[in-house]
Amino acid sequence: MGRNPSDLLIFIGKRLLQLIPVLVGVIVLTFFFTHLDLTNVCNEWYPHAGASTIHNCELTVNQPLANQFVQYFVNLLHGNWGTDVYGAAVYPQIAAALPATLELVLAALFLMVVIGIPLGVIAAQFSGRWADHLVRVFYLSGWATPTYLGAVIAAVFLGPLLGLPSGGEFSTKAVPFSQYTHMSVIDAMLAGSLPYTADAISHLILPAVVLAFINMGIATRMTRASMLEVLPLDYVRSARMKGLSEFWVLYKHALRNALITTTTVLGITAGGLLSGTVVVEEVFLWPGIGQYAYVSIGGGGSVPNFAGAIAVVIIFAIAVVAANLIADILYGVLDPRVDWR
Amino acid sequence: MAPTPPASRPDSSARVVWRVLRSNPLSLGGFALIVLIGVVAAVVAIDPHLLIPYGPQQITGAYHARPSWAHPFGTDGNSFDVYSNVLLALPLDLGIGILIAGSALLGGGTLGLIAGFFDRPGTLGGALSVVIMRITDIFLSFPSLILALAITRALGLGVGPTVLAIGLTWWPYYVRLVRGEVLAVKGLPYVVAARASGVSEWRILARHVIRNVLEPVVVFFTLDIGTVLVTYSTIGFIGVASKYPSAQPEWGAMLAFYQSSGAINAYPWEVFAPGAAIFVTVFAFSLLGDGLRDILDPRTRRAFVRSSAGREPPAEVPATALPSGTVPPSAPANDLGAPA
Repeated sequence: MGRNPSDLLIFIGKRLLQLIPVLVGVIVLTFFFTHLDLTNVCNEWYPHAGASTIHNCELTVNQPLANQFVQYFVNLLHGNWGTDVYGAAVYPQIAAALPATLELVLAALFLMVVIGIPLGVIAAQFSGRWADHLVRVFYLSGWATPTYLGAVIAAVFLGPLLGLPSGGEFSTKAVPFSQYTHMSVIDAMLAGSLPYTADAISHLILPAVVLAFINMGIATRMTRASMLEVLPLDYVRSARMKGLSEFWVLYKHALRNALITTTTVLGITAGGLLSGTVVVEEVFLWPGIGQYAYVSIGGGGSVPNFAGAIAVVIIFAIAVVAANLIADILYGVLDPRVDWR
Repeated sequence: MAPTPPASRPDSSARVVWRVLRSNPLSLGGFALIVLIGVVAAVVAIDPHLLIPYGPQQITGAYHARPSWAHPFGTDGNSFDVYSNVLLALPLDLGIGILIAGSALLGGGTLGLIAGFFDRPGTLGGALSVVIMRITDIFLSFPSLILALAITRALGLGVGPTVLAIGLTWWPYYVRLVRGEVLAVKGLPYVVAARASGVSEWRILARHVIRNVLEPVVVFFTLDIGTVLVTYSTIGFIGVASKYPSAQPEWGAMLAFYQSSGAINAYPWEVFAPGAAIFVTVFAFSLLGDGLRDILDPRTRRAFVRSSAGREPPAEVPATALPSGTVPPSAPANDLGAPA
């Protein structure tokens, strides 16, 4: 069985190679699906554009689909992701928006870990009793809350109630330091400004809480299930018999093993979190890729942006694939039974 | 055959479901809510006038009225009755949830059966199952909301294109689920025994495999109806699926309209009514499905059987999934819920 550090490179390399066909497939599918209705696509995507834009679009659309795809794919690899209706390149817009979304998603993931996992442990500990039912009601209400309803309630009622801001990344429009990473909290910290860091964090709380609440069920449910699997095992029983406190038994001995399975959650939640950002970022005016997606797709009556929408779909799929890869590697590292070769 | 004691008699699916409901008050509540919602939806679909006092776009003369007996959820800026609109949207939203999840179950389920049952390498079925699983993996990489949004946009606005778009993105999870179940069932002794005694492959598939795969898939379907509903109404909220006010209201579109017209601070009931309708419907399906999932997840099932039946686990649980009489009581517990 190979578990030397050098074998880990093979393990990761294999996973990366397996990704290539998936990524190509993602691009093919996205392109095909967004070009499904060839007769209508130009009018659908450029409803307010001038005759020349429509004409250009139709010139492209009248070529065979395969030619269009090859053209698109080559451009994509060259970093030319198309232009929006105003002629601005899509790629820089997406590159600028991505870090803000990453920050929001990571903050939500953090909340899911520090709140969702202990809740799962509690539910497993009191399985079938009222604490278990209460936890279930909590995460199922998150599951059942439409993202926009949660976001709107948080922005309109929860924000003023708790004194938290609910729009943008900072209270002021222009910040007096350069944004290297485009992640508000990290930029403020890099600039060494404590008030701005606090301001950035307070702006991050509400959208992250909404995003985490809606996706909480996956983490809690997975933790609960793996804890229920681990708790009756002999080693937990002997830890108890040694006289360890219940807290120590649950959180050190049992949870440690249960968490190995819970890492796979990372891959599963990536899709949910990213879908959530489309509405959450729009409601909280968070300048990330979710808001970009909302606008590109023509949400709220905005002018749709065909190239941008396709690019966003591809980016979201790549993000899910990357999250699955990280979860896969993490699982391989944490579970000693996985052979790296 | 000696009369078996009642304790070891294999349970029927209905009995298992009933035991879950009895042991889990939340699931029972969810079930009751679903029945209620279903009855209301049926009544609205058959004869709206029994429950709905006003038409969807009927001018009532009361503008932004607070909730009252005449207008349980108040009225909006057009003086339309919010309660009537919320109720009129119920059959549409519920129907869309069942339609999309149902076609994903049929389409994805069929592909999953093929990929799981005919997966012997070197045969036509083997090649087919590899192709199916590769394509499924690609589809599973998309967050379905964003892909559905893009497809809707390309197909054209409206309810039909949106349903088609979500349907196109929804089936892959069923492929993976059904394939995992089929692979697990396929190796069980009773399937091997059937094959050894000369039963044809198609007959094994129809009579032994499908029947036992059905149960977990139907449970997932229950949970899934709610997820579809949330996704559809999100697309409605973004404004790509349907418009409001309209003769056929839809919850997501209602919410988007009321929220964008700035009504939430002054007239919160307008935003809450359709929002609460979605929440209650999805919550009901989730309550039921979440409890049922406990018996399908191999990790929680053991704990569930222990706590609700108070008997030793191994003999009983696999029996719930197997036709009576075909299993020796010592059949090993298999992992029904584990996707391979």
